[in-house]
Amino acid sequence: MRVALFITCVNDTLFPGTGKAVVSLLRRLGCDVDFPAAQTCCGQMHVNTGYREEGVRLARHFTEVFAGYDAVVAPSGSCAAMVREQYPKLARPGSKGAAAIAEVVPKVYELSEFLLDVLKVDDVGAYFPHRVTYHPTCHSLRGLHLGDRPTRLLRNVRGLELVPLPGAEECCGFGGTFAVKNPAVSAAMGADKTRNILDTGAEVLCAADNSCLMHIGGTLSRQKTGVRTMHLAEILASTEENQ
Amino acid sequence: MSATFLGMPGNFPKNAAKAVQDSQLRYNLRKATHTIRGKRANVVGELPDWQELRAAGKAIKDHTLRNLDRYLVQLEAAVTRAGGTVHWARDAAEANAIVAGLVKATGETEVVKVKSMATQEIELNQALAAQGITAYETDLAELIVQLGDDFPSHILVPAIHRNRSEIREIFLEKMPKVPPNLTDDPPALAEAARLHLRERFLKSKVAISGANFMIAETGTLVVLESEGNGRMCLTLPETLISVVGIEKLLPSWRDLEVFLQLLPRSSTGERMNPYTSMWTGAVEGQDFHLVLLDNGRTDVLADEVGRQALRCIRCSACLNVCPVYERAGGHAYGSVYPGPIGAILTPQLRGMSSDLDASLPYASSLCGACYEVCPVAIDIPEVLVDLRAKAPHAAAERAGMKVAGWILNDHQRLARAQRAASRLRGLVPKRLPGPMSAWTDTRDIPEIPEESFRDWWERNERA
Amino acid sequence: MSAREEILARIGKAVAGAADVEIPRDYRTAPQVEDVVGLFAERVDDYRAIVHVLPAAEVPARIDEAVAGRRMIVPDGFDRDGGWGDLDTADGVITSCAVAIAETGTIVLDHGPGQGTRAQTLVPDYHLCVVRADQIVAGVPEAIARLDPARPLTWISGPSATSDIELNRVEGVHGPRTLEVIIST
Repeated sequence: MRVALFITCVNDTLFPGTGKAVVSLLRRLGCDVDFPAAQTCCGQMHVNTGYREEGVRLARHFTEVFAGYDAVVAPSGSCAAMVREQYPKLARPGSKGAAAIAEVVPKVYELSEFLLDVLKVDDVGAYFPHRVTYHPTCHSLRGLHLGDRPTRLLRNVRGLELVPLPGAEECCGFGGTFAVKNPAVSAAMGADKTRNILDTGAEVLCAADNSCLMHIGGTLSRQKTGVRTMHLAEILASTEENQ
Repeated sequence: MSATFLGMPGNFPKNAAKAVQDSQLRYNLRKATHTIRGKRANVVGELPDWQELRAAGKAIKDHTLRNLDRYLVQLEAAVTRAGGTVHWARDAAEANAIVAGLVKATGETEVVKVKSMATQEIELNQALAAQGITAYETDLAELIVQLGDDFPSHILVPAIHRNRSEIREIFLEKMPKVPPNLTDDPPALAEAARLHLRERFLKSKVAISGANFMIAETGTLVVLESEGNGRMCLTLPETLISVVGIEKLLPSWRDLEVFLQLLPRSSTGERMNPYTSMWTGAVEGQDFHLVLLDNGRTDVLADEVGRQALRCIRCSACLNVCPVYERAGGHAYGSVYPGPIGAILTPQLRGMSSDLDASLPYASSLCGACYEVCPVAIDIPEVLVDLRAKAPHAAAERAGMKVAGWILNDHQRLARAQRAASRLRGLVPKRLPGPMSAWTDTRDIPEIPEESFRDWWERNERA
Repeated sequence: MSAREEILARIGKAVAGAADVEIPRDYRTAPQVEDVVGLFAERVDDYRAIVHVLPAAEVPARIDEAVAGRRMIVPDGFDRDGGWGDLDTADGVITSCAVAIAETGTIVLDHGPGQGTRAQTLVPDYHLCVVRADQIVAGVPEAIARLDPARPLTWISGPSATSDIELNRVEGVHGPRTLEVIIST
């Protein structure tokens, strides 16, 4: 299967390790992974901050870059939700743009959806001997309705102890530009989230979105808690060999 | 309520920053919202057909809004036929003048009130006071707010920001004849309110209410409440004046079978609220007036995306699940409509010319919890994003977003920017200057990698 | 232009060209409940009201016991001997009802014979309501279908209560603080 990796601009720029993990994981599972070099950004930041025109331009670019692939896999619930949920609202009904969006949208998957729904794998053969708690980010939870897909994958990782996160479904306070436009509320939400994480006694906080992890991780790091953040892909890519 | 929201200074981020510092407020809000959240989830979970009810509720409201002119005329005819008088008000001033005129015609200078969002929105109490008419709020929470010379901070429970001991203090200070040994036990506080209002109910000649629903087909008005203050006001006085937003309409009697299931479970988290009163026109010799209020609603109706906000049945489920409301509190929104629904309703009703109103569409992390619990499926995040596109943007932000858009629209430009960032990676300070200090005040920034993913791919895979 | 004309014109302009909407009614219009009397009693009890389920023959004795020592208002048409009490000084009121709803534990008065005026069931502190088993329906839709909107209606679910203090329910504010329900089977 010819799979295009949509790395997302945040991962590309700040978290290349997540992209490398997706590549190694998908190859391990027999996929032919391609990285269309012309890709940039889904446009979520612009659209959600009120800059629709720029966002629409980026959405058009996205549909051009990813046309013609069997599947487009993104290691981000938020960016996958942007494409799936918001793109159809950006184009005028009946327009060329709307047709391009309708063509690409059904092929876009968040990583855990792709593994479970397309590849039908719930045990990816990973090994990660650590105590982990999982934060279901809002857009993967309420946008994509990922449900228990990520935790099903994590439960099958050998050596991994998954501990439940109290108040898991509450937003961490990132919210894109919300984090800088409403810093006091964002920080208060982040502080409550980190308290819940610390209560679990986990060594690692895992999520399917590096943007949320950047906010929570930044808070955990500022508080010198010693808890690490890791993207789901990085844990699933871990094996006994690369530990 | 002597205080007024109009002309409230500041903007949401500033107001919220202050509120976040108030640990008592945060404790009160957290406790109350989490209590009601749990209750709602239980009673909603009891109904196997909740999603079907929600779909019906949404469609009934959309259909009503599409045919609002026709149904309002039908309602007017039905109310008139049943002996009521219908008035129309384009805006707050017109509605207030109608109500003041009706009260004056009775010769009374005091009125009792049932909790109503519409009359708060038009600041009726202040308008009546200017005409020498005193309005007494009778809902317990409204009474707490009125006695405390305070602002409401929640749609359903305007005094949610107060806990029992604060309420006791307000009662001791402001309620004549209250026993000095009043405890902060909620039943004791409720008893004090009962005694305080009893006589007023029995002697009042004029009452003012809103309504939760109006039925076009029959001319019936419906008020849901808990305490019985609503029944007192709706039943005992000789004159009843109801001020109701034009969007509160339902086409047919049958439609109540949907909304009487959706509303109580979503609002107080009960299978049914203690009391619901329904009346059609003038009942048991009462003089009945209905004031139909526009006050910006037809502007909202004209917006294809934003009009869904008019489906709102004021249950406040969205406030109770909102992580932003929970920490910022209701006052930060500077409107009688706080929380997620307020963040989309207020800027549409009032416009976005003030700093405060322009900041409201951004008072959300877009987490989507509000949409999930909304009993009429208002896609609040969708409307927020749409309003953000219409909101005025600061010049510096606009310039920054333009540059970001330009870079992100071309992979080569993006790659060059990434390489530049990598070269500077050692130089990034722990605390950033300017607007990005909002990030680094409480959070570390991630380390910038030596190489972007795309450069790594280029080096390893294309070779 | 009058306010009426102007508002109607604004609406017409605002919705011009918008598509109409079909209303799906896939929810339960007649919920399947095996024991409506039992469910109704349980749900009324959840509101901290007093509930009795009795064969019709035992109801009069139960009423006598309940009203002993109380000055009661007995509305016209209530099927029992008794006098009229005074609204202000009565201790309680006894009524029948128009319909009752099992799923929500609700009694609906349409203020017809035996149900008194709206004020009579509101001002006294105690309300004793006699519900016949055949008046109990399973869910809200069946109740709506049985009721006449031309009549004033009062839906009662437990005693007067408030959730205004810390969002926890407290019984007893302005309406009757005690609700007693006798279900006659």
